[in-house]
Amino acid sequence: MTAATGVSAALRSKYEAVIGIECHVELRTATKMFCGCVNEFGGEPNTKVCPVCLALPGALPVPNRAAIEHMIRAGLAFGAEIPAFSKFDRKNYFYPDMPKDYQISQYDMPLTQGGAVTYWREDGTMGRCALERIHLEEDTGKSTHAGSGDGRIAGSSYSLVDFNRAGVPLMECVSKPEIHSAQDAVAFLEALKRTLLQLGVSDVKMEEGSLRCDANVSIRLAGSAELGTKAEIKNMNSFRSVGRAIESEIDRQIDVVESGGRVVQETRGWDEARGVTISMRSKEQAHDYRYFPDPDLVPMEVSRERVEALRATLPEAPWIRFTRYTAEMGLSPTQATQLVDNVPLADFFDRCVTASKNPQQATNFILGDLSRLANESGVQVAESKVRAEDVAELVALVEGKIVNSKIAKSLLERMWAGEGSPKAIVEREGLAQTSDPGAVARFVDEVLAANPNVVADFRAGKTNVAGFLVGQIMKASRGKADPELVNRMLREKLAASDE
Amino acid sequence: MSKETIESSAAAIAGRVGARELSAAEVTEAALGRIAASDDAVGAYLTVLGDGAREHALRVDARIAGGESLPLAGVPLAVKDNMCLTGTRTTCGSKILENWIAPYTATAVQRLLDAGCVPVGKTNMDEFAMGSSCENSALGVTRNPYDLSRVPGGSSGGSAAAVAAFEAAIGTGSDTGGSIREPGAFCNAIGFKPTYGRISRYGLIAFASSLDQIGPLTRTVEDAALAYDAMAGFDPMDATSVDRPVETAATHLRRDLKGVRIGIAREFDTAKLGAESHACYARAYRDLEALGAELVEISLPTADYGLATYYLIAPAECSSNLARFDGVRYGLRVEGDDVQAMYEATRAAGFGAEVKRRILIGTYALSSGYYDAYYVRAQKARTLIAADFAKAFETCDLIASPAASSPAFEFNAKSDPYSMYLMDYYTIPFSLAGLPALSVPCGWVTPEGGSSPMPMGLQLAAPLFEERALLGAAHAYEVATSHATRHRPRLAEVAK
Amino acid sequence: MASDSIDVRYVAKLARIALTDEEVERFGAQLGDLLEHVRALEKLDTGSVAATAQVIASRNVERGDDVRGCLDRETVLEQAPQRQGAFFRVPRIIAAE
Repeated sequence: MTAATGVSAALRSKYEAVIGIECHVELRTATKMFCGCVNEFGGEPNTKVCPVCLALPGALPVPNRAAIEHMIRAGLAFGAEIPAFSKFDRKNYFYPDMPKDYQISQYDMPLTQGGAVTYWREDGTMGRCALERIHLEEDTGKSTHAGSGDGRIAGSSYSLVDFNRAGVPLMECVSKPEIHSAQDAVAFLEALKRTLLQLGVSDVKMEEGSLRCDANVSIRLAGSAELGTKAEIKNMNSFRSVGRAIESEIDRQIDVVESGGRVVQETRGWDEARGVTISMRSKEQAHDYRYFPDPDLVPMEVSRERVEALRATLPEAPWIRFTRYTAEMGLSPTQATQLVDNVPLADFFDRCVTASKNPQQATNFILGDLSRLANESGVQVAESKVRAEDVAELVALVEGKIVNSKIAKSLLERMWAGEGSPKAIVEREGLAQTSDPGAVARFVDEVLAANPNVVADFRAGKTNVAGFLVGQIMKASRGKADPELVNRMLREKLAASDE
Repeated sequence: MSKETIESSAAAIAGRVGARELSAAEVTEAALGRIAASDDAVGAYLTVLGDGAREHALRVDARIAGGESLPLAGVPLAVKDNMCLTGTRTTCGSKILENWIAPYTATAVQRLLDAGCVPVGKTNMDEFAMGSSCENSALGVTRNPYDLSRVPGGSSGGSAAAVAAFEAAIGTGSDTGGSIREPGAFCNAIGFKPTYGRISRYGLIAFASSLDQIGPLTRTVEDAALAYDAMAGFDPMDATSVDRPVETAATHLRRDLKGVRIGIAREFDTAKLGAESHACYARAYRDLEALGAELVEISLPTADYGLATYYLIAPAECSSNLARFDGVRYGLRVEGDDVQAMYEATRAAGFGAEVKRRILIGTYALSSGYYDAYYVRAQKARTLIAADFAKAFETCDLIASPAASSPAFEFNAKSDPYSMYLMDYYTIPFSLAGLPALSVPCGWVTPEGGSSPMPMGLQLAAPLFEERALLGAAHAYEVATSHATRHRPRLAEVAK
Repeated sequence: MASDSIDVRYVAKLARIALTDEEVERFGAQLGDLLEHVRALEKLDTGSVAATAQVIASRNVERGDDVRGCLDRETVLEQAPQRQGAFFRVPRIIAAE
């Protein structure tokens, strides 16, 4: 997919895109980072504020333990180091949605150092992007701009500020510039989102602002080691936008360079409607944030015991699970992703595989009929009346050819309804597949005898009527005939009577 | 009756109100009456509570009637105007907050109210606590009750003057580099700053976060101890407040100083202060000895760097703390074409010259290219200063020094900013180390060109968290010397 | 430490305080004077010393994730220099952050 400039594939391959992602993730805690106001999306403006988050004179911040622990767990999940000593710093600048006109953040001693996000592409191949840093800070309020007609700052005549969001705990995550395509950038974000969702540390919803991201994009000649000038891309509101915006920017930069120009270091906003990035007014001077350690807060000493205790609460990393499913169990990337994205379902799947030792069949049932039933009823598989062990039982029944796939399907429906063990149902109702050749042969003979015209049609060359005959045989056997055996015998008998 | 009541110590008032000899309402009326009579001359208060005070008094009387025992029952309280008290104008002596009404109460103030105090008004101060004379207030002039042509000291000048003029029995102050101790010395009061972190800063409008501490201004050491006991202790709303049990001080006031080693720093040569001041301090040190103390010479080699260190760290922190005064959510706003222009115009109009100077120097010290050379270096100097004190306290239990470089000076005497900064020469090093320190009256000196004797203050300081030992010793000195009672404030209404 | 004088206009811009020309000159002189005194710190050997992080030894002061009451909105907005309905109103913002 190329953007409006339509840069050709040949031209694309002349250059390498170098991309870094910077994310802000709102942490899911009951209260804000430095005060006890409710941390919740939405609500009437300026109702979730107090002296602290409104920066009234005399108010003081006190850090939220849950936010610190979320951060440490997130860091551990990305393989980061948790240094023994950390602190908060003030980042000083004036802006109306910043109540204190400084933001409490972390500068040179963040809670986590390093780490990486491992992601996978649609084709199942893996990628890895190291992280520059993950640190903890507080969110700003929200301003809306009036008078410009389109809600944008440019051309507005005044702004309105709501401080409900001010002080919400925020995780800033900055990657190293190790991503080289828009698709990988999206995959990176999806992996990030997956991990954070699974940890329960954030809702990670771009549409609610609990995940916001910017991309730094530059290009260089393929094979070059030097970094080109980067542009910072903002205003992307969905993963799809991120992909489109980065694609568009890469093309734009190639265009600029190919026509003899130079890429300017600037901030560009993604215009969703027009499908291009637009230069935002470049700042006259870089900010001097005058970082210094916040004297209202005391340093944090993170003990190794605390780190290990938090590490013990981590679930299996999504990319490790994904690898287990694809490399060890042979699931397709799509199937593996479907499971990884639904932890209770994946846990259900794992229990089923442990009991049945047949990942393929388990996948067919769980991602097939059971998921369909889940979609239709609105009840999650993991919360349904079906037990993973029962599905394993069904797998064994099918493996042992005791039931055919059609019976298996109806058993699944009955298990969904709460009828319990499939083995018990089969025994009780005599649903076992008929695999006895003699019995099957009788059914075949019955049907052939009852349908001479069809047989004649078959002999005349209309081989597709065999399907009808199979259907009749299955009907005669009340669905219990082993379909494989039926097909084989039917063909044998049809061929035989040719003689 | 009212004169005696109003000139009593807080301890005496609380005793009588608690014993129901007097009601809090009566005491409050007397205090309001005194304010009405003398505050036109003194100017200690920016806001007098009036009916608000009467309502508080009624509640105190109801609690006593209900059987509660209140250590500060009915005590008239002056609250420095940088401390929030719900429903009251809280201005910090600044135009930028001239009409701001606090919607919450500072923890330390609340604890005094819980102990039975009745707030009678909010007192004047140097704007945002920056100053040593109260002359930097943008909203009023406060005069020294002992000589109305002289300053009361600062920045807690209003509270010190209120207590000196019997317009309150306890005044709250805040001390960053000496702002409780120096006005205490100028106004013949006890001015006490506890260990950093001992009293919650929640609700104290910040000047320099790593230095600010709330403390009482009173007429007796016992009163200061009672106020301290009520205010001190961990507060979950202040992350820098220390979680450490409070040793009550009012129960451990001493009568002598036997066994106490008092360090006198060789670098604090009082001969520099002029013959009369020098003699005053020499006598004070002898009086300490007469009480049984052993005087020990100590050295504080980095004390001389205190001013330079302080005048980098405090402005740096304040430049950030005062950024929130931007015309967006409260306070003064001067309109501008765009929001940044509005900020510039608002802060230009709202802040006085001293505040602007400190914000500028603080911003500079933190700015790119200068941060290491100025701010970091100052924080390292601070470590050295604290280490000096730790070493000194190996050989002594308390340290004694002058509380101020001179007695109260006349208005406009220190027009050069740096000459004003020198007033805090003795108090600043103790602030940098976070040590508890106080000023206690130690004599009277008639300044050159002056017409009346002005009070002198002796600074006593102790190691971290040794408030009990400090107040205990100060009490012994106070009772033995009784300097405070030697002269009365020169106010017509009071002098009789 | 450089022996430069302070660029008062630049610093005032950072601090968002509009200064008159007279103030620029007066403050420049006064702050220059202060800086001269502050330069005394250059004489101190601070090489092997750590900067004071906090004068007290506290570490890890945290609070539990417990909800505390918020301020009533009218209280919050009634002292706003300019309000519009439920919002604080400010003059136009020219540059985004």
